Order: sequence, then C-alpha cells, then structure tokens
Amino acid sequence: MSTASLRQPTSSPSPAGRRPTLTRNQKPKWLVPVIAVAAVVVGAALAALVGFSTALWAVLAAVVFLVAAPVAVSAVEGRRKGADSLMTYLVYAAFVLAVIPLISVIWTVLANGVPGLNSNLLLTSMNGVTGATDNAAAAGDGPVLGGAYHAIVGTVSITFWATLMSVPIGLLTAIYLVEYSKGGWLGKSITFFVDVMTGIPSIVAGLFAAALFGLLLGPSARFGFVAAVALTVLMIPTVVKNTEEMLKIVPNELREAAYALGVRKWRTILKVVIPTAISGIASGVTLAIARVIGETAPLLVTAGFATAINWNSFSGWMTTLPTFIYYQILTPTSPTNPDPSQQRAWAAALILILIVMLLNLLARLVARAFAPKAAGR
Amino acid sequence: MSKRIDVENLNVYYGDFLAVEDVSMGIDARSVTAFIGPSGCGKSTLLRTLNRMHEVIPGARAEGKVLLDGENLYGPGVDPVLVRSMIGMVFQRPNPFPTMSIRDNVLAGVKLNSKRISRSDADDLVEGSLQGANLWNEVKDRLDKPGSGLSGGQQQRLCIARAIAVKPEVILMDEPCSALDPISTLAIEDLISELKEEYTVVIVTHNMQQASRVSDRTAFFNIQGTGKPGKLIEYGPTAEIFSNPTEKQTEDYVSGRFG
Amino acid sequence: MSTTLTTQESSALAEDAAAGGRAGDSVFAGFSLGAGILILASLAAVALFLFLEALPTFQASAEEITGGAGFWSYIWPMVIGTVIAALIAIVIATPIGVLVALYISHYAPPRIAKPVGYVIDLLAAIPSVIYGAWGTTVLAAALVPFYAWLTANLGFIPLFSGPASQTGKTMLTVGIVLAIMILPIITAMSREIFIQTPKLHEEAALALGATRWEMIRMTVLPFARPGIISSVMLALGRALGETMAVALVLSGGPLTASLVQSGNQTIAAEIALNFPEAYGLRLSELIAAGLILFLITLVVNMIARAIIARYKEFSGAN
Repeated sequence: MSTASLRQPTSSPSPAGRRPTLTRNQKPKWLVPVIAVAAVVVGAALAALVGFSTALWAVLAAVVFLVAAPVAVSAVEGRRKGADSLMTYLVYAAFVLAVIPLISVIWTVLANGVPGLNSNLLLTSMNGVTGATDNAAAAGDGPVLGGAYHAIVGTVSITFWATLMSVPIGLLTAIYLVEYSKGGWLGKSITFFVDVMTGIPSIVAGLFAAALFGLLLGPSARFGFVAAVALTVLMIPTVVKNTEEMLKIVPNELREAAYALGVRKWRTILKVVIPTAISGIASGVTLAIARVIGETAPLLVTAGFATAINWNSFSGWMTTLPTFIYYQILTPTSPTNPDPSQQRAWAAALILILIVMLLNLLARLVARAFAPKAAGR
Repeated sequence: MSKRIDVENLNVYYGDFLAVEDVSMGIDARSVTAFIGPSGCGKSTLLRTLNRMHEVIPGARAEGKVLLDGENLYGPGVDPVLVRSMIGMVFQRPNPFPTMSIRDNVLAGVKLNSKRISRSDADDLVEGSLQGANLWNEVKDRLDKPGSGLSGGQQQRLCIARAIAVKPEVILMDEPCSALDPISTLAIEDLISELKEEYTVVIVTHNMQQASRVSDRTAFFNIQGTGKPGKLIEYGPTAEIFSNPTEKQTEDYVSGRFG
Repeated sequence: MSTTLTTQESSALAEDAAAGGRAGDSVFAGFSLGAGILILASLAAVALFLFLEALPTFQASAEEITGGAGFWSYIWPMVIGTVIAALIAIVIATPIGVLVALYISHYAPPRIAKPVGYVIDLLAAIPSVIYGAWGTTVLAAALVPFYAWLTANLGFIPLFSGPASQTGKTMLTVGIVLAIMILPIITAMSREIFIQTPKLHEEAALALGATRWEMIRMTVLPFARPGIISSVMLALGRALGETMAVALVLSGGPLTASLVQSGNQTIAAEIALNFPEAYGLRLSELIAAGLILFLITLVVNMIARAIIARYKEFSGAN
C-alpha cells in the first residue's frame, strides 16, 4: 500500500469556519521516531540494571518500543490505529527475529568453513588420520591433515543410486495417477499413501532399509546401497507430487490434438505430454536431490562409518558429507584437540550448503529456461 | 449526510505511466454522476482516486486535488482509512465476506468503529441498511446464513447495504451491474435512483443505456490510443451528453460508432 | 503454453501412430501401474519389516530390555521428550512464522518481498545436520547466561528449575533449534495461502474503512485459517521426526521437568546415537522405537491431511 501520496506537498487550508474532519487526531510525524529513541535509551538503562549485554539491550529496547509506540498511537489516533500499529511493529519484529538466527547460521558456516576449505579437504580422505595427527596439527607441528574426499565420493554414489531408483518409479507413478487412473480407488489410495510417505521421519526410512537388508543379508548388512534405498523412500513422494502437479497443468487440448491424429496413448504421453512438462519435472527432481543430499539420519543407520574412499556402493561402509560433519563434531578424531575436527566439519558443511544452494539455483534456472511462456508465474 | 466532490487538475500515474491526465470536475451532492467511455480510458482508475482505493494497487499514485466539501483528500496528514469510511465503494463483482453471515456482512464496517454496539441498535441498523438496499424482504428470514449463498444480484445489493451501513457521504460504484443478469441489473438501477435522495452517487458503467437511465450528469472519458493517458472529454447533464453533445468524440461514442 | 501442435510434430506423430503398436500401449500402462503398486508395496514393506524386526522386543521379558522394566517404560520418557521438543518448537515457530509470512505477503514492498520469499525457500533446504552443528557450537553457548537468569528469577516454575546447564545443551535449546528449522516451512506454506486471498475481499474491507490489520483480520486470516493449521501440523510432523538437531544439540538423560538442565531424550536421537553400535535385542529395541515414532508422525500427518481435505471442500463450496 503506497503512502507516496501522503508526502505530497499540496496543502489546502480548509475553508474558514469549517472544522477540518479529514485530518483530525493525526499523530505528529516525530512521535514514533522519538519513542524509538526513547526505547533505546530506556532499554540501555534497564539492561544496565540487570547486567549489561548488547543482546539484552536490543531485546529490552524492542520490548519497550513494542509497548510504548502502540500505546502512544492509540492515545492520539484511537484504539483501531493503535492495534494496527501494534501489528505492524510485531510483523517487522518477527521478521527481524527470524532473520537473526538464519544469518547467524550462514555466518557460522562461512566463518568456520572457509579457513578449512583447502586441497587437503577436497582431495584426501580420513584414512590414516588419527588423534595423534590432529594433536600435532593443533600443536602447530604441521597442517591439518585429512579431508572429506571419501565423504564426497559417498555422497555422490549414494545420491546417484537413490536418484536412479526413485526418478523412474516416481515419474511412472505420477503418469499413472494423471493419465491412467481417472479417480479410481487405486489412484486414490496411491495418492493417499504418497502423502503418508511424505511424512515419514527420515530416520524411520533409514530403519526400514536397515531392517529390510537385515532380514535378507543378516543384521550387519551396511553398505551404500542400503542407504540409497532409504533415500529412495524419502525421494519418491517428492518426485511423484511434483511431477503430478506438472503433468496436470499440461492442457488437455494437447492430448486431444494428438489423439485426433490417431496417435496411441503411450506415444502421446512420451512425445507430447512429457516434453511439454519436462522443465517442471526436471526442476522438481533437482529439488528432490537437493533435499536428500543433506539427509543424515538414514545414513547413520544404513551406511556405517568409513574413513577411507569407497566407490563401491554394494560392499563396505560409506560416509557421506552429512554423516562426516556429524561424526567430526560429535566424536572428534582427537578428543583432546577437537579443533582440527571442527575445522573439517565446518568446511564440509560449507561444501554441503554450496551443493544444496547450487542444486536449488539449478532447479530455478531449469524451470525458467524451459518454461513455456504462458505458464510463467 | 452527503457532500459534493470537486476534482482539480488530477493526474493519476501507474509508476511512470500517466493513466489519467488533468481531470477537473465538480460532482453535486445528492446526485448520480455517471462515468462512461471505452475500456482503458481511466474511468475506473479515476473513480478509485476519489476514495484513495487506487493506493491498494502497487505503484499507483495521484497528483492534484480531490475536495470533499472543500477538504482535500490528498492534503497532508489525511488518513486514507478515514477517507474510505466517508466515501464507500461498490465493486464490479459482488464481494460479500464469505466467512460471515448476511447480518455480519452488513455490520462489518460498523463493527470496526464501535466494538460495542447494542444488539437492538445492530438489529435496527441491519434492517435499515438492508431495506435501503431493497434486500430486506428477501433475506429477513435468513440473516444468519452466509452471504455467499445469495444470488449474484442479491450479493451486490448486500454489498450496497454493507456500504451504506457505515453512513458514508458518497457512494462510488465501479460497474456494479457488469456481472449481473438483466433483472438484477434493474433492481440495482432502481436502488441507485433511491440512493441519491440521501447520498452522492458516482457510477462507472460500460452500458450507455444504464448511464442515461440512472444518472443526472454524465462524464465522457476517452483515450487517443494505447499508451496515451485517458482524458475527460465532456461533462454535462446526461440529457445533453446523449442528445446534443458538443464534442465530436462524444457524439461518435454515444451513437455507437466506436467503443 | 502453446496448445497447438506444429505441423512437423503432427506428421511425426502420425507416422508413429502407424508404427507404435497396440502392445506399446499396454506395456506402458503396465509399467506405470506397476510403479504405483510398487509404492504401495514398499510402504506396506516399511510397516511390515519394521514390525518384524521389532517383534523380538515385544516378546522379550521385561528384564532384558534396556532399563530392565520393559519396553513401555523404556520408550515412554522418550515419547514425552519427543513431544516436548516438538511442542516448544511449534509454540515458538508458529507466531513468528505466520507473522513473517504476513510480512512477505502484505507488509513488505514487492521488491523486498520477492527475494525474502526466495531466501526463505533456500533456508528450508539447508540440511538439518548444519542446523544441529550450529545449535551445538553457537546457540547453546549463547543461551547459557539466559538459562542462568531463568533459573535465578523463574526457578520456582518447575520448567525452569536449576541448576542451569553450563553447556546450554538442553531441551529448550533443542526446541529453539527445531523452531528455527521449521520456521521456513510454516512461513513458506502460509505465505502461499495468504497471497491467494481474493483481492476482491481485501478491497471490500479496505473500502469500508478498515486499517491494514483489520483488513487482514476480516479477510486474510479467515481465508487462510485451515491452511495455517495444516502448515503447523506438517511442521509438527517434521519436528517430531527430526533427528540430527536433537542428536547433536541435546546432552540427553532421564526425563526431567526442567527444560534448562541437561536430560530428556527424543526417540529419533536415541536411535541415531545408539544404532551404529547396537546388535541383537538392542537393535530390535531401537527399531521398535522407530515404529512408535512412525506411528506418532503418521497420526499427526493424517490430521493435517484431513484438515487440508476439509478445507478443499470448504473452498469449493464458495
């Protein structure tokens, strides 16, 4: 809502003898800024009473302002305006309150991650890195050795297998739901259970894969592919939901045009429907990958924990970036000198965030690049 | 209960685009004034500037003066909320609040200002407003039913009842019949003729017969082409505009030669 | 989106029409049906395998279970812990998330609203392990003086009874981290619904002389209420099942009422912390715990879906 017109210089003195009605009870322009300044001062005074800290000062000043400003506006302009200003200030305060931790998260990852981002981290594994190496590094007798190469390898292979399994299943299911099941009971129950799957906690998906392979291959069956199965369970509902949405917005005229030419249904779907929706489908798949690539919990219970490089998803333990971060923070390589482990963890976290952000950006670009013109939002 | 409006050198912009150029006109109290003209000529835009509803549209702003009995709506320190409670508006499509009953819809504006209105006062106000909108007999038995259950024409009259319940000085109507069938349109037109006994009514319409039936004065707006601003071409008593216009453009338009 | 086929496409399709046999149709239909059924089967498998692997726990005698008092007294404190952590998160995140959504949809100027909405979407994509790492290294330490103040001044309330944790790795910290994680979910979903509020109704309210907040209360909130509720329920489901933030942040222990001491545990964190070293009956116990967690989140999600479904009918009627 523009307030530009409020600032216009046009002034019209009301005709003599008439009481101005449109401008009654207006708060002076200085009122709110003065209260803001006063709130900062009072906040400082109150904070000094309790024991001064910047955070406390900011909180107290905000609280004083949130109480005083609406009360003042209410006194001058009436209760309705007071309520309106209270909600306005609350909305802005909530926004600031939400942004602070989020900035802190990103700042922490950047500040702690950038120093550890070196060729060691990217190109070496944790194989042979022991507490002694870290103690030496902490004492200044050498660089921080060890890296996340094996975790990057693990992330790539497990995500690859998960994508390979979930995308065809998800795509075909969505095609079934949109093109074949026209509101049948099977379609309805699939939709329902896909919704249920969306809500499965990720650790439960991990337990499922562990239980499945445990029954098949014995209780200690832990390797990359088990984790990929767990991630598939998490990925399928996202792929199905998104593809379904995209197929639904393909206009029916297109399908009918193809049918009218005597084209078979499966060819219509493959040559007309899917190409029309492909950008949306691709961007949805990318987002689904971005989501599962950061999953930690299912990997803890399925892929084990490795320090060495392992390209084989079907045998041997594997580590991914999230589990690498988790173990480096929770159980530092050298319990007495956790700093080298922390450094590796934050650098890995930075890599992980970058991967996720890049995938998100890629999804947006894909959606925009191939977006049909009229369907632009 | 009703005031006159004087528009002085009003320009309306959407961002950098000048949508309405240099309009000056006087609208009498207790009269019906119709704005007519081809699509895109800025008549609805101008109507919205009369109660500052254009500010809801991002980037829209007005320069100039709109005087309500001599007081400038765009003067410094004027509160648009107060302006809108004095100048009511009825929209193109009926828009009763879907979650409220018929009764609550009528009272919606009133409850904003006085939280504690006594039950009997509220009943009187609901009955008075609905009668003022010629709707009372049709809905008196189902005041607690949702307003969205009414027909389109009834919904529009409910919106008029809602607008007059706050006792405004002026009622603005933006093509109030364009979404309605002929019978509902007739009901609204009858209502407009009654409303002018108490209110200043300004109505935008595409329908020239409607303008000639309901209005006392008519303003004709036109544009010279796409991207050009809309202008007030001619403004005068309705009979003159339709039978003996001074401008060639007006004559072409009212005789159906374009538009 | 073009609704016409180019002549080139049409002729190519017409050629295909002759070639593509009837078999292609049934094979393709079969494949897509098979994929759908596979999903149903795998969900049934999730339930079945979890149940089979959990079975030994339910059959074991009480003394064999961790804690020595049977499965239910083992799992019960963690169910409470899970619910407490999720509730703290919801209580903090709901008002802030909804207000931030309002900020984006109705308060911020458009050129700010768009990038802010985009950033919120990105934040929802940050992996939970990173929130957990941040919570344990930054937030927990920052909250220590606050907890000390809470126990000193509000210690008479059991929730804040001292002595406060010296590391800050407490249930309240977990709740705050979870709140930060689910905030983008609530904001993103609520915003979607807020911006769908019919302009007609908003203008009707403004034209009656409503202030911005009155307009929101008259039109936006009634329209969006079911959507807000379901977004909160989905966020609750996410908070209940969240593992990493809890496993990293909480210094767990037995059930206590105080939120500012170490102690309490959630199901998901218990599984994550113990599963890698577990074998035999302990493994089965943890899977049984997972089954319980699955059921809890299932119920919450079902309620959310039911609300969404009712809302769809409701909006269709209007």
